[in-house]
Amino acid sequence: MMKNSLPLVIFVLLVVLLGVGLKLDPREVPSPLIDKPAPDFQLSDLHNTNNVITPEAMKGRVWLLNVWASWCGACRAEHQVINRLVKEHHVEIVGLNYKDASYDAKQWLEDFGNPYARVAIDRDGRTGIDWGVYGVPETFVVDKKGIIRYKSIGPVDQEKLDEIILPLIAQLNLEPLS
Amino acid sequence: MKKWLMTLLMMFAAFQAHAAIEIYQFDQAQQETLYKELTDELRCLVCQNQNLSSSNAGLAYDLRKETYEMVMQGQTREQIVDYMTNRYGDFVMYRPPLKTRTILLWFGPFLLLVVGIIVLMTTLRQRSKENDEPLSSEQHKNIQQLLEKGE
Repeated sequence: MMKNSLPLVIFVLLVVLLGVGLKLDPREVPSPLIDKPAPDFQLSDLHNTNNVITPEAMKGRVWLLNVWASWCGACRAEHQVINRLVKEHHVEIVGLNYKDASYDAKQWLEDFGNPYARVAIDRDGRTGIDWGVYGVPETFVVDKKGIIRYKSIGPVDQEKLDEIILPLIAQLNLEPLS
Repeated sequence: MKKWLMTLLMMFAAFQAHAAIEIYQFDQAQQETLYKELTDELRCLVCQNQNLSSSNAGLAYDLRKETYEMVMQGQTREQIVDYMTNRYGDFVMYRPPLKTRTILLWFGPFLLLVVGIIVLMTTLRQRSKENDEPLSSEQHKNIQQLLEKGE
């Protein structure tokens, strides 16, 4: 009995192992920045280049950094979700316009709506590197103390929003500032 | 004519292969070696089975530039690797450091090899035990009969 069932046991273990492997998404590289302070930047505002946008100025509030570009197809699909997020839940979102032309970016926002509190221009992508961006769109949730608490690689969809991001924002809003 | 066309085609192929790899000037040979080693060892996160030195992705280009600048500033290998892993995690290294989290990655294959050898040994031993049993007189008789029939 024991002797005959051994191959079966090995087979089942292998199936479980490969099954788990199939479920994992190799494109989702866990970010080392989770639970670390948001990397600093000083970038110009897309709509008023004299204004400087910094994460420091956002301290005391829960906010999102949404990395996007007008050349990014997936951003277009995500944008409707972002629009709804702002309209319905009044979340403060800073846009990081990643390696884009300002003219195209402005046109894009005119066409598809501008949900962002502000849009920072990351022309050469260096801030993107500091934030560990490798696949636009990406979205970060930053808490009141300026700590990154969550990162979404790829477009935020309704499911991700309802199951992860909105509950997290609600929880972070309850956290004390100090 | 054909030869001429072939040469032209090959030239185009060569151009394409090198189009995206930019040329960097180094002050010292050591810097160039370090740069080459690092870009060979760092993974491009956009096309994950390529290293930085062979990838045409925009991010790979940016990270090569970043690496080049840090090398030229005289930063050490550790400093540059830290810079990359602080942003992209251990995954950015083709040879991730040995940590509790990466133990299975490093030793898993050897573990599987050992399990395989044990299974192989027990199976072989069992099989040879079965073969060692002498034939019964019945079986001998059968063999004799079969041999005679064959002749």
